[in-house]
Amino acid sequence: MERTKLDLWVGMFVVAGIAALVMLAMKVGNLGTYNVSETYQVHAYFSNIGGLKPKASIRSAGVLVGRVTEISLDTERYEANVVMSLDKRYQFPKDTFANILTSGLLGEQYIGLVPGGDAEMLKNGEVVKQTQSAMVLEDLIGKFMYSKAAEATK
Amino acid sequence: MAVISTIRAIGSRVVNAVWRIGVASRFFFLTLIYSGNSFRRFHLIIKELFSTGVMSLIIIIVAGLFVGMVLGLQGYETLKRYGSESALGVMVALGLVRELGPVMAALLFASRAGSAMTAEIGLMKATEQISAMEMMAVNPIARIVAPRFWAGVISMPLLAALFSAVGIFGGYLVGVVQIGVDEGSFWSQMQAAVDFREDIMNGVIKSLVFGTVVTVIALFEGFDAPPTAEGVSGATTRTVVTSSLAILMLDFVLTAIMFRGA
Repeated sequence: MERTKLDLWVGMFVVAGIAALVMLAMKVGNLGTYNVSETYQVHAYFSNIGGLKPKASIRSAGVLVGRVTEISLDTERYEANVVMSLDKRYQFPKDTFANILTSGLLGEQYIGLVPGGDAEMLKNGEVVKQTQSAMVLEDLIGKFMYSKAAEATK
Repeated sequence: MAVISTIRAIGSRVVNAVWRIGVASRFFFLTLIYSGNSFRRFHLIIKELFSTGVMSLIIIIVAGLFVGMVLGLQGYETLKRYGSESALGVMVALGLVRELGPVMAALLFASRAGSAMTAEIGLMKATEQISAMEMMAVNPIARIVAPRFWAGVISMPLLAALFSAVGIFGGYLVGVVQIGVDEGSFWSQMQAAVDFREDIMNGVIKSLVFGTVVTVIALFEGFDAPPTAEGVSGATTRTVVTSSLAILMLDFVLTAIMFRGA
């Protein structure tokens, strides 16, 4: 086929457009930083998840080790059932502690994992038994007011 | 009597508008049906990609850079009040990738390439080139319309991606280089907040929809234009107005479907 200058320009345009898309995906989006290939699922029950959302990060010692994949209400226990996808590279002991934490004072909520001392490791589909619910600002303020009032009546 | 004639005028306008929508839909399906031929003769699409895509590059890049720079400035001013300047990257990136990239690129595309398409086809019709083609048993929809349609649909997502990428660079220039927001938090917070499937792919889907709508409107207006100088100029104006409104309304609908409750 004959090559024309037009083809060169159109080729440059298409390459530039695709390069922009790849740059958006790798540099701007999370495709370059988080790979979804090898994960295992762990459940945890929380009595209150606050503002936790699917895709929230799961961190241990501040390192990203996985993401929240699903949140549902368990109607037998009336607690939130949170499914966490953890990176296969990171194994956690059976008595790991899961906390819902907040990054910054009003920032996004994430799950922090504090490993325990058990020799056995969590396997796919198992439940993290020790959890701590989200800190709800209204509850804290309520408690504070209550204790202040109790002090005042003394 | 004045009342009756007013109502009659409104009624005939409505009927006429619905009629045109029907003809435009038939036109769209005919374009899809005959596009097999134009993929066999791909050089036609290449030629149209040059005149719609490549020729729109400069306006898209310059506009994207300035929109990104404005976002950087305005975002910084607002975020500073809450002490969260480090979220500037998130704001610029999400704003561009989700909304401004596809919408602004489509608006520019409609006024830069869409109007040219309408004028070209309208003039072809006015100078009876289209009737001449029909006389030679060449299907004008397969020969003229379908290549232009596919060129528009292909180039729109590429232009929108370029717009967003250049815009984020503009935001970086103003935010990091000029104002001095921390570079690390600018990029890392952006990467943490922008999801490839949720944000970037939805932006691409939006721009595909906009590209389809803009090119169909532009081609139909050209094909439907009265074959006079006045008719062509009116059709060109209608292309820009109708497709701009269609882009903005569709954007609301698409955003409501894609990002509701997310």
